[in-house]
Amino acid sequence: MNPLQTLRFAVGGLAANKVRSGLTMLGILIGVAAVILLLAVGNGSEQAVVNSIDALGTNSLTVTSGTSSAASTATTIQPLTVADAKALANTTQAPDITGVAPEVTTSQTAIYNGVSHSVSSVIGTYPAYFEASNSKVTTGDYFSDDDVLNSRKVCVIGATTASDLFGTASPIGKVITLGGTPFTVVGELATKGTSTSSFNNPDDTIIAPLPTVQNAFTGFGSLSQILVEAKSAADTTDATNEITTILMGTHGISSSSALDFQVSSQTSLLATRSSSTQTLTVLLGAVAAISLLVGGIGITNIMLVTVTERTREIGIRKAIGAPKGVIMGQFLAESTLLSLIGGGLGVVAALIGSHFSIVGIKPVIIPASVYGSFGIAVAIGLFFGSYPANRAASLRPIDALRHE
Amino acid sequence: MSHSLPALRRRASAQVEAAAQPDRSRGPVPVITVQRLVKSYGVGEAAVHALAGPLDAGGRPLGVDLSIHQGDFVAIMGSSGSGKSTLMNILGCLDAPTSGRYLLDGIDVGGLDEHQLSLVRNRKIGFIFQSFNLVPRTTAVAQVELPLAYAGVKSAERRRRAMAALSMVGLADRANHRPNELSGGQQQRVAVARALVSAPAMLLADEPTGNLDTRSTDDVLAIVDRLNASGRTVVLITHEDEVARHAKRVVRLVDGRVKSDERQAPVTGPPPALLDPVTFAEHSLHAQTGVQG
Repeated sequence: MNPLQTLRFAVGGLAANKVRSGLTMLGILIGVAAVILLLAVGNGSEQAVVNSIDALGTNSLTVTSGTSSAASTATTIQPLTVADAKALANTTQAPDITGVAPEVTTSQTAIYNGVSHSVSSVIGTYPAYFEASNSKVTTGDYFSDDDVLNSRKVCVIGATTASDLFGTASPIGKVITLGGTPFTVVGELATKGTSTSSFNNPDDTIIAPLPTVQNAFTGFGSLSQILVEAKSAADTTDATNEITTILMGTHGISSSSALDFQVSSQTSLLATRSSSTQTLTVLLGAVAAISLLVGGIGITNIMLVTVTERTREIGIRKAIGAPKGVIMGQFLAESTLLSLIGGGLGVVAALIGSHFSIVGIKPVIIPASVYGSFGIAVAIGLFFGSYPANRAASLRPIDALRHE
Repeated sequence: MSHSLPALRRRASAQVEAAAQPDRSRGPVPVITVQRLVKSYGVGEAAVHALAGPLDAGGRPLGVDLSIHQGDFVAIMGSSGSGKSTLMNILGCLDAPTSGRYLLDGIDVGGLDEHQLSLVRNRKIGFIFQSFNLVPRTTAVAQVELPLAYAGVKSAERRRRAMAALSMVGLADRANHRPNELSGGQQQRVAVARALVSAPAMLLADEPTGNLDTRSTDDVLAIVDRLNASGRTVVLITHEDEVARHAKRVVRLVDGRVKSDERQAPVTGPPPALLDPVTFAEHSLHAQTGVQG
């Protein structure tokens, strides 16, 4: 008996009872498709969260002055300065940092054409800020390095500030008075819309060149904070270490427990979203795995019925000299074929299904889940088929022949 | 599959020597030698002996002895419960005896394991059953190929031999029909073709005509007669005298023992039906019993 012959017998056996074979395959199909699709949904929602966090700038780090905990042994606190920011911009010492934006922050009242608006955050910074904070202009343009060097009185305003001061009119090129100093508006930021509360609204902001703001409001002293952009979200840890090393040098600190600054990132946020979406993925996967298991038990059930129904045929085959291994092989081949075809169709169904968005989530197929669930389906066929196959093969020919 | 065959053959030749010793005076080597064969169901007081043979002084069964030679055509007769089906199952290696020896073509079947038994069934025995026992949903030619497939014969060779066997039973034109598309007589002829395709040492037929009308009975028995005439050993189990008339030797079983053992024709030579066809036909019992069937 060659494998091809065994396979032909198996196909014949399955074809003899098409409805039953079809329904059994359906069980495996649903199981495999569910595993792949639900994991894809879980993965898709994870991707969606990552994307929305990316929109806030996951690769940005904030350096602030002060100690991080009461345990710190820092005796004096040196303020952050533009010199610190320039040190951080050194690409040989900090290869994982792509952008550095020193910031000073103040609150001022803006007036345009008799309309007064209190702006909660007036930020003086470098153009790198826009990249690092993921702020994009919809109309107009960013201010340039040249504007910074020449301390020009230009600014980019947030969406809320723009609508409060200008209504629906375009603010570009208009001059607003900010704390008594006239600023020309060169750009308007896209709405971030992440916070609906008026408290700390990210869209209520005015961004101007650092020396201009220092000159007009804060003076040329310390910085509020330094915004640092890492190369990517994965590089934030390296970037944090580089910042710490550089600033320890510029501040003359020798012990890492005596830091007078702190570097914070979105890492905590990343960790939170990972754990929540991973829980979701595991739950979905577990539900799907159960359905795959149920499909496998369906195979056992059907193969047992088949063995019982074909006991007499097994007896005939044994009487004309079929060895135990051949009978076993035939039934194992049948159950494996069931799971193979069912699993294959399940993969196809899942691939088709993944093109549609499910409960608002675009599924993203995890390739490993395709190979994994298909492999498990085939293994299930072998495993759950082996009991009925062994039972069939172990029948004594005389008992099998007498079976009605 | 084939690795155990040389071992089986070596064993066989050794046992042929052993088995042949007491029979040397009788000429040809027996295909079947059964010695002190007992088959019981249950144990102790409740034991029922399906095959017992004569009892000794203490009431214990001594077992059945039977020897069948190459080329013989033996009918084993008996009413139901006489042990003929039990004997047939043991001869066919479908069932194991409780005690006693069974040599088939020189091989002691009692000492074989499951796998070797399947080889013996495949190579040495051709079965014909009362209820045809064809594999459902399988074409006639595929049915006949089945024993060859289990024996590992190549596809083309298998097809050729299966078609030859089907031609022999006159069903070459029905090769691609499934069992449910064939009449009872045709199904039994397919079964005969399947039984003889592997050129076994003997054909074992268990009431082969029990489910057939007289015309099909004649067809099937004519084929069996021809096979025997060409040298094939046939053991046929029946309770019909009309069928038993075709055999060279009739063994009657009653209550698990051999009651009579008559010879109707010599071991060598054609069976009675072909020896003198005209007289044989005149004495057919169909005239009285078969017409209404």
